[in-house]
Amino acid sequence: MRPFEYSRAGDALDAVRAASVAAPSPTESPVQYLGGGTTLVDLMKLDVMRPTRLVDITGLDRKRYGAVEVGDKGVRIGALARMSEVADNAELRRDYPVVTDALWLAASQQLRVMARVGGNVLQRTRCSYFRDTKFTSCNKREPGSGCAALEGQNRGHAILGGSGDCIAMYPGDWAQALIALDANVEVLGSGGARSIRFADLHRPPGSTPQIETVLKPGDLITAFVIPASPVAKRSLYRKVRDRESYAFASASAAVALDLDGDTVRDARIALGGVATVPWRAREAEASLKGKRLDQASATAAAKIAFAGAAPREHNRYKLPLGQATVVRALLEAQRMEIA
Amino acid sequence: MTGSEATHSAGMDRRSFLGTSGLAVAAAPLAGGLSADAATAAAKTGGTAIELKVNGRSHRLAIDPRVTLLDALREHVGLTGSKKGCDHGQCGACTVHLDGERVLGCLTLAVQASGHEITTIEGLQGAGGALHPMQQAFIDNDALQCGYCTPGQIMAAVAAVKEGHAGSDEEIREYMSGNLCRCAAYPNIVAAIRQAAPQMARG
Repeated sequence: MRPFEYSRAGDALDAVRAASVAAPSPTESPVQYLGGGTTLVDLMKLDVMRPTRLVDITGLDRKRYGAVEVGDKGVRIGALARMSEVADNAELRRDYPVVTDALWLAASQQLRVMARVGGNVLQRTRCSYFRDTKFTSCNKREPGSGCAALEGQNRGHAILGGSGDCIAMYPGDWAQALIALDANVEVLGSGGARSIRFADLHRPPGSTPQIETVLKPGDLITAFVIPASPVAKRSLYRKVRDRESYAFASASAAVALDLDGDTVRDARIALGGVATVPWRAREAEASLKGKRLDQASATAAAKIAFAGAAPREHNRYKLPLGQATVVRALLEAQRMEIA
Repeated sequence: MTGSEATHSAGMDRRSFLGTSGLAVAAAPLAGGLSADAATAAAKTGGTAIELKVNGRSHRLAIDPRVTLLDALREHVGLTGSKKGCDHGQCGACTVHLDGERVLGCLTLAVQASGHEITTIEGLQGAGGALHPMQQAFIDNDALQCGYCTPGQIMAAVAAVKEGHAGSDEEIREYMSGNLCRCAAYPNIVAAIRQAAPQMARG
């Protein structure tokens, strides 16, 4: 690990002031926010991230930045709330089950206690070439150096949203619940506070894989706001992986349904484990609207969700696996007992 | 007799004996490539002043900000019960309690833990050295072989029960999934937690 200075932010404006420095992108900034540290400290040990200053934000006002508020209009979740406490929130489990599913199915309980939901959406890829500096071809870590995964060991890499410069998979689960439910993100920056659609937060790699979000250096995520909607209660997250627990997704699906009998009034589908960014399958959703939900229509929707997939040598299995996961999730959501 | 008792009664443990006898010639690097020499030098030349409240006792240290809580506990405070398995937050062997909640010592910076309450495996036993019900249950159920993952398992298990996540075998397995055991003592670990959970509720 390279040397750095450590300081604790007194309040959010302090933190933003300290971190608003010139840098090509937030991930490349010499000043990094320290939350739970579960991504940052790990990558600093690997010498992948090399900040010279850490601003600890875990001491910020918990009531303001770490609370879960469930109301008639929707849910507001402070960015500093721990994954574990949001996962255990009984109101969320009852009214927005995909949200709690996507949290307890992630990582381990120790990591869920340490990690904050704000930092979680900014977690970085598990691509082995990115994480190991012995591999010199990684456009995300060293722009312009090439992508070793394209023709290399790409079993865990993305089949959606990739480019000729990067196919690194976005490994997070919580993001799929957020994007499925049309969440907004509140951000505090040097120019003040603003709200952006969660769906607009992440940027696919394109020709600049080192730029992962639309955030500017110093931007601090302060809250997530999930609007109330008829789909929220009939929702779930299904995660398929090599192990029963404590593994990243091979394929996953966050689904939410508003049904009239068996007819779909509204459907939400988000895909994990298969794409470079949190992935909303809007065409697949549209294909289900007004239709009777059954094996056939679910299968057709799943096929649409993966149209345009670009498998590589070792990740072709993600195509049938991803489709089957969508079908299973939709039909399980249909069978849910809703109070 | 527990290791910590041996240290206190004999005045010297295996680690300090090896250090003074000159047998440990090449110091293995600490977390993130920081050598033991560098850590000592940082302490001597000032470092960052922190206070770790561990098992009810306060320890004032001067350390490099790169020192993890795990390394601070093991190398600076001398509590070697918490183990380093992977040093990357993947195995759970370094599990300790921070303000009563389970965290991974290897991914927690000691500077961040400064001022907070830390409980390690050494701090579980009761007055007079009475074993914690979970420790006793691990012994009763043969829930260990080599013992390397065991402190982390026990710390995670105690937390799982306190969190209310030990209600069934299935739930225990899920909420203990962050602790790997290469000896595969898992079935006996689950049994130990089933035994200790109601005892903890009563105690």
